[in-house]
Amino acid sequence: MIEVRDLFKSLGHPVLKGVTFQIDKGESVAIIGRSGGGKSILLKHLIGLMQPDSGAVLIDGQDITGKNERQLLPVRQKFGMLFQGAALFDSMTVAENVGFALRRERKWIPAEISQKVSEALGLVDLAGTENKKPAELSGGMRKRVGLARAIVYRPEIVLYDEPTTGLDPIVADSIDRLIISVRERLKITTVAVTHDMRSASRIAQRILMLHEGRIHFACTPEEIFKCNDPVVYRFVNGISDPREHSF
Amino acid sequence: MNGFAFRWIAEWLQGLGQITLLGKEVAGSIFAVRIPGRQLLYQLYFIGVKSQSVVVITGAFTGMVMAAQTYFQFHKVHIDTATLAVVSVSMASELGPVLTGLMVAGRVGAALAAELGTMRVTEQIDALRTLAAHPVDYLVVPRLLATIIALPLLTGESISIGIAAGYALCTNFLGINPAYTWHNMIKYTDVQNVEMGLTKAFIYGAFIALISCYKGLTCREGAEGVGRATTEAVVYSSITILITNFFLTLFLNRVLWP
Repeated sequence: MIEVRDLFKSLGHPVLKGVTFQIDKGESVAIIGRSGGGKSILLKHLIGLMQPDSGAVLIDGQDITGKNERQLLPVRQKFGMLFQGAALFDSMTVAENVGFALRRERKWIPAEISQKVSEALGLVDLAGTENKKPAELSGGMRKRVGLARAIVYRPEIVLYDEPTTGLDPIVADSIDRLIISVRERLKITTVAVTHDMRSASRIAQRILMLHEGRIHFACTPEEIFKCNDPVVYRFVNGISDPREHSF
Repeated sequence: MNGFAFRWIAEWLQGLGQITLLGKEVAGSIFAVRIPGRQLLYQLYFIGVKSQSVVVITGAFTGMVMAAQTYFQFHKVHIDTATLAVVSVSMASELGPVLTGLMVAGRVGAALAAELGTMRVTEQIDALRTLAAHPVDYLVVPRLLATIIALPLLTGESISIGIAAGYALCTNFLGINPAYTWHNMIKYTDVQNVEMGLTKAFIYGAFIALISCYKGLTCREGAEGVGRATTEAVVYSSITILITNFFLTLFLNRVLWP
């Protein structure tokens, strides 16, 4: 279970101003909000890539704030993360990228690692790409490899940072389906940060809207499209605030 | 003006403190964590083998220039046969380690900072952390170990080639007697001179790797950030080598080998 309590973070200007929410085990949650609103920063706090100015992040009851890099290593073994740009290691092949965490564990022989890598690549429909380099892959394929790398060691929680950003609608749809398929097959907790409402409504059981550094609204995907709150309404329907027009 | 100076000093001290903390983290990691052998071998290849041409050219031409200049002065007072001894002592204790260090700082320091900086801006370092790999264990330790192993070896090579090139110049072009030249070189070059050079190279290797890795790991966003990190890695490594060379020379001559 993930619990965030009154999280504050400032990066020259306040980004998170008292974020509080809870995500249950096995739940699938999308955090939506405007670009530059602090969604990715919030996601990085969940896995300890960033430390808050104040507040707490509890993973299965354990507070991970204030822990140093080495103390966080065992906590991070519970997580898998898909980055916005996939963040594949460009000096490695696809198989080496996907098998990275397994090689680090030192409890698998090469044949077992190879088998698990092939299974993970099969799960994301990329069987047979083991020997390719990340530079040879398209954006969608890179995200799939990133997803295979995030799930190959069977984490309990998978975090997605803008999983469909920069992809065409068809590839974005396939990524959404993959996220749902991975969640159902592996029974994992899913947290996705996105501003793609279509994607959020598909993959999430619950949607949290981050606005001006706080959780402004929390509801199911069905409810959000019927919501009359002006901030939520404008975001869901893609209507800009007239005060922001600078013509 | 005062504000700018204070800010510059504060940033410099902060950087120095962070490099020291990185050094402490690396030292802890070397003794506590299993070193990634494959990474270490690759870095040894990249830093050691791939720097051969640079080191050979630097050593050979420095040795020959040193020999020629020394000969032109010594010839006036008829002590030509001491030429190679001067070349040998200078190459072993000063020119070998410093020039090899500067060349490796340029080639390897830039590459390390650019590689780690690019990894940082493309979130590959964050990806490493999410995969429960400590960036210091996985990235910095192999690079630092490879540099402190390779640089003394490269320096030894540079010293040898410099002396050999100086000898060839002295005997083939400057007409100095080969037997006396060799005899004087052996007579006036102490083991301590070579030990001093290799000790310096070991320390410069640690400086180059720590400064370059630090600059890469703390690089700012974008291509400009990577470019700046790369430049700063080379400049700071080179300046550190030149300044510490003075203090090391005093310390090693006065304290270790008086």
